[in-house]
Amino acid sequence: MGPFLETLIGGLMTGMLYSLVALGFVLIFKASGVFNFAQGAMVLFAALAMARFAEWIPALLGIEHKVLVNLMAFILAMGVMIMLAWVVERFVLGKLVNQEGVTLLMATLGITYFMDGFGQTVFGSDIYKIDVGLPKEPMFLLEDVFQGGILVNQEELSAAIIAAALVALLAAFFQYTGTGRALRAVADDHQAAQSIGIPLERIWVIVWSVAGFVALVAGIIWGSKLGVQFSLSQVALKALPVVILGGLTSVPGAIVGGLIIGVGEKLSEVYIGPMLGGGIEIWFAYALALLFLLVRPQGLYGEKIIDRV
Amino acid sequence: MSRRSIGEVMLDVKNISLSFGGVKALTDISFNVREHEIRAIIGPNGAGKSSMLNCINGVYTPQQGSITFRGKTFDHMNSREVAEMGIARTFQNLALFKGMNVIDNIMSGRNLKMKTNIFQQALRIGAAEREEQAHREVVERIIDFLEIQAWRKTPVARLPYGLQKRVDLGRALAMEPQVLLLDEPMAGMNIEEKQDMCRFVLDVNDQFGTTIVLIEHDMGVVMDISDRVVVLDYGKKIGDGTPDEVRSNEEVISAYLGTSH
Amino acid sequence: MLYRENGQFKTSYQADQQIFPIAQDRYLILALIAAAAIVVPFIASEYVFRALLIPFLILSLAALGLNILVGYCGQISLGTGGFMAVGAYAAYNLLVRIEGMPAVVAILLGGVFAMAFGVVFGIPSLRIKGLYLAVATLAAQFFCDWAFLRIKWLTNDSASGSVSVPELMVFGWNVDTPIDKYLFCLGFVVIFALLAKNLVRGHTGREWMAIRDMDVAAALIGIRPVYAKLTAFAVSSFIVGVAGALWGFVHLGSWEPAAFNITRSFDLLFMVIIGGLGSIMGSFFGAAFIVIVPIVLDNLPNWFGIPIDTALASHLTFMIFGALIVFFLIVEPHGLARLWSVGKEKLRLWPFPH
Repeated sequence: MGPFLETLIGGLMTGMLYSLVALGFVLIFKASGVFNFAQGAMVLFAALAMARFAEWIPALLGIEHKVLVNLMAFILAMGVMIMLAWVVERFVLGKLVNQEGVTLLMATLGITYFMDGFGQTVFGSDIYKIDVGLPKEPMFLLEDVFQGGILVNQEELSAAIIAAALVALLAAFFQYTGTGRALRAVADDHQAAQSIGIPLERIWVIVWSVAGFVALVAGIIWGSKLGVQFSLSQVALKALPVVILGGLTSVPGAIVGGLIIGVGEKLSEVYIGPMLGGGIEIWFAYALALLFLLVRPQGLYGEKIIDRV
Repeated sequence: MSRRSIGEVMLDVKNISLSFGGVKALTDISFNVREHEIRAIIGPNGAGKSSMLNCINGVYTPQQGSITFRGKTFDHMNSREVAEMGIARTFQNLALFKGMNVIDNIMSGRNLKMKTNIFQQALRIGAAEREEQAHREVVERIIDFLEIQAWRKTPVARLPYGLQKRVDLGRALAMEPQVLLLDEPMAGMNIEEKQDMCRFVLDVNDQFGTTIVLIEHDMGVVMDISDRVVVLDYGKKIGDGTPDEVRSNEEVISAYLGTSH
Repeated sequence: MLYRENGQFKTSYQADQQIFPIAQDRYLILALIAAAAIVVPFIASEYVFRALLIPFLILSLAALGLNILVGYCGQISLGTGGFMAVGAYAAYNLLVRIEGMPAVVAILLGGVFAMAFGVVFGIPSLRIKGLYLAVATLAAQFFCDWAFLRIKWLTNDSASGSVSVPELMVFGWNVDTPIDKYLFCLGFVVIFALLAKNLVRGHTGREWMAIRDMDVAAALIGIRPVYAKLTAFAVSSFIVGVAGALWGFVHLGSWEPAAFNITRSFDLLFMVIIGGLGSIMGSFFGAAFIVIVPIVLDNLPNWFGIPIDTALASHLTFMIFGALIVFFLIVEPHGLARLWSVGKEKLRLWPFPH
């Protein structure tokens, strides 16, 4: 039972991390109908920015205080993400407004490539460290119930808590603020929103900036855990099945989907993997997504997709 | 008025009811269509005319009722079978294939009749080449009939609306249908275009004997060319008969003039 | 002045419907193919064959296959690398396990396996489209990545999934020099391009395009969406599988599963987008573009005497690719093929302005 619980908890926390990335997808899709393939590249880009700024600030300004450095790096990185959002809106989205979804999807693929190259040109392509003070030692829970206790990775636990807080914050933002309401209006119907005076371009910049913020948080957490390197952008590919499961338009869906995928991956690797030769983590998430696509394409919480003549 | 003699009942719509969620689009509609006639369906906007056509075509499945075509009864129609049975249709919003030119759009209507398999087509010799040519001839005759020769290689997305409507008609004609469902074929046209379209519709009915079911808003056109008329309002049938009978029907008049319901 | 249709009257539908109705086009293509077959072998260096021409030919073939699915039938696929892998590994198994299996037959049968795989993974397209279909095809990609790495039987019990092909014998002709390989691939490409073009201008092609443009209306004309979509997946995967087998056998000689990973899928998709969706010619333009750009970027600094390290060069390649994709999607969504046909239109009038 002990090992099972360990795997389960590990899966839940990994799942939370996937959800963080998936959140970015959902936000942009909800507000602009664009599926942003570049979300993974944004995570990497943000993480690179954060890591390098955290290096350059002490070097250039001589400030050594860790919390201050990280805070300044965070603000600078956020600034970069907002600029990125503006550039994307101005030069890409704004020009492709009337195109169909597939074209926009491919445009975001192009943005992915561009960001990957640009980020590494500007910030470098070595492996960088991010250290924001997340506790790294493992904890052992319930040592009196299970022999040796259950190993819980504190870093992942903090990540999970941060992710949950972020979701709550975003949900509140959507529900209770004026901007949030405007975002929901735009998601519903671009033209109607425009006709009541909601400025589409500004909304899109805001949305991409929020997604950039989510990407930054995800990047910091993943980067802290894995180190900031190119493979980070591959995390986006893991997040795709999450939004399929949860539903492209649902914020809670991204969380639930992430948890299911995280747990499913870990459990299947441990219990089914050996029978199939191991290494099935690669495609377990996608197999699950495929199943959903055939049976319930809108996911658990998404809106039903209707085709009209 | 068609010069063909009007035959037996060919299409019989019985007690069709259709709802979307809580909205009732059609309530207990029954009418029939005789062979070779031109039957118009009229009514104010939102009356359910297109929905009725969509039921006949298999795009929507009615919750109740049945449709009998040439003796066979169905409680819902399957789009492909409908096409195979010889029922073709044009669309209110045009459903042309924007990526193709005029010839290809109309040729796509010949699809049901093209029988060569993939291997024959890949090699494009013998049977495949002959088939393409034979059907191209038929399509060219339709193009002549609709007077759109000059635009045959133009991508349809670039054509003006009136010509696109003709291509839509051409594609339906290419299926050599027994019944032609026309959904507002003259919408958005000026007088000359309407006259042309009327001429085409009458010629199709006259030369090929095609039965026509026509949704139209222009009362002049309806009264002039149709043999019988069905009037719908709020999803219910409120009139059924010859143009003169319908014109003097009290309910029809109040529906169009908007008395309170 | 040069490029005019003056005097070219078509007296039969056959003449009007041929692949290159304008005589100048016909002569150009024939000259091109003749030059490719006869002249190039004498003037190209071994490096040009290995690094440019052979990859160009094989990737054009794969792009052709993908274009049929994405460009003509409108079904997006991000799993092309996986289909290539199926073709390559199937052909390999057939060659290695069956005595006396001719190489050409193995390659073609590899395509057949890829076709079966493609049809199976094409089934989701009957229910979903767009992004959702893209995710389904990604499942195919990752499944292949895993299967060829972990299922020993598929790779003849090789530990890491890497295999290598013994020498190629085609009807007694030993295909081992770059010139031989080039001509071998050229033959495949010309034949397949012709067959594909015929398919695309026949009624199957029109069915595909009808499904792409408006599938609800297509059903009402009597087109069966199931048949159209699955044949598109079938034909496309067959061609892609053959290309995969050629890639492994002719270009690489020995390979591991990573040769057919998701990067390959994205590359092919870019070829199709940049070259022109729904255009056979476009597939060639796109492949040429994607093959040439990295090489130019790698060598450009040397030509100008500015040294750039390879890492930076590859980052720049990424950036330029990405920027070009976006550029094409905004400016000319129909890709280089459209630019080509617009150019021809202008050429018809040249040197007159109107």
